[in-house]
Amino acid sequence: MGGRDSTMVLLDENGIRCDGRKIDEPRRIMIKAGGLKNADGSAYIEFGDNKILVGVYGPRDVHPKHMSNTDTGILRVRYHMEPFSVGERKNPAPSRREIEISKVIKEALLPAVILDKFPRTAVDVFIEILQADGGTRCAALAAASVALADAGIPMRDMVAACAAGKAADTIILDVNNEEDQAGQADMPIGYMPNLEKITLLQLDGVLSPEEFKKCVETGIHGCKIVYELQKKALQEKYFQNGGNQ
Amino acid sequence: MDNRRKYVIPGDVVTTGPFRPEQNVILEGNKIISTTVGVSEIYDDSVKVISLTGQYLPKINDLVIGKVISHSSLSWELDINSCYVGFLPAQDVFGRDFSAHADELTSKLKSGDLVAARIANSDRTRDPLITIADRDLGKIDSGDLIKISPSKVPRLIGKRGSMIQAIEGATNAVITIGQNGWVVVSCENPEGLLKAKKAIQMVNEHAHVANLTDQVNEMLGTKGES
Repeated sequence: MGGRDSTMVLLDENGIRCDGRKIDEPRRIMIKAGGLKNADGSAYIEFGDNKILVGVYGPRDVHPKHMSNTDTGILRVRYHMEPFSVGERKNPAPSRREIEISKVIKEALLPAVILDKFPRTAVDVFIEILQADGGTRCAALAAASVALADAGIPMRDMVAACAAGKAADTIILDVNNEEDQAGQADMPIGYMPNLEKITLLQLDGVLSPEEFKKCVETGIHGCKIVYELQKKALQEKYFQNGGNQ
Repeated sequence: MDNRRKYVIPGDVVTTGPFRPEQNVILEGNKIISTTVGVSEIYDDSVKVISLTGQYLPKINDLVIGKVISHSSLSWELDINSCYVGFLPAQDVFGRDFSAHADELTSKLKSGDLVAARIANSDRTRDPLITIADRDLGKIDSGDLIKISPSKVPRLIGKRGSMIQAIEGATNAVITIGQNGWVVVSCENPEGLLKAKKAIQMVNEHAHVANLTDQVNEMLGTKGES
């Protein structure tokens, strides 16, 4: 990875980005449902060079007990980066950034999950970033949603996620690490494709109202691409041999 | 594949129109949306999705297999493979003249014992109450415990019990299936026991395959006999 290169060309005259993509092209995405035997549900995602593993436990007993809610189940999310996930060793203790991302992912999943059937229980989502390359929160959110579906937690819809942003005065889809560092804006979006609702929207940078609108539209387009892959991952695990039923 | 049955994931619209949402579906506007990964079934007036994953949720009158984890002076606590522990009051075992001073709970059930029980009551406010005061319920003295996914229990039983009858018939084993995914198999013949266990594992792993009963019969070597 290395430090940021101020002379890097983020977008050339042919509309090709620094990693060879077009402006509305996402990175290579691969999602796999299941894989962890001991977790109730799990998923693995490769989003460009991001590699993320998610495990879901629950519904299960809440510890400490005082956190439990008699009306509904609770959702807990831990986003954690491995020390080897970035260029320079990261201290494994939860940082300010990781605590924040855990919170926004939790809040992005909450509108989708239906936990009122499980009062006094908790659903725990553990997200481990094995390798990071910009846009981990979106990739983690997309994988967490697949892992929750794999665990059989009732959900109103899947949550797909993808970022959009602005670099070299152009709205681009799926911002990578270089574009995030040297670009002008980064907007992660979480989206429920069937209900057509946005569950996560953050913006780092400055956009005009028109650019903002275009950025949201571009991001939602990316989410729909991610959703198709989430669907495929679940179908591969559950319906692979059953097409003849 | 029947066009009334299809594979769905959370968020998929099963159908639209005036249907009653039953299991694992929600009504959103006039769309009926699946909340889980499973197979949808549309009846004349209702829609449901049979889940292919997920934990066991206690329902009243379910037969479950529980494992005693601890006891107080008045009750036992049972692991019923769910997010809630089963609560078995001592009166249920000792009768109405139970006395916390005179009767020792461990004389009837110890930690680690397996029990066939029925869910007597289950609501949102407290842990499920279970009972063993019925025919065929109570402590299980012999047999092997097999754990399968609770969502695959209906497949193991089969239509009107066809699958389980096929396995029992071919191996002479006695099989007790708990709705919570715990199954106890006992058989005098060790070979039959092994075969029955293998058949149950096979159902667990290949639950989504069509004509599974035939495959199980083939494995058990009973094809053509019945």
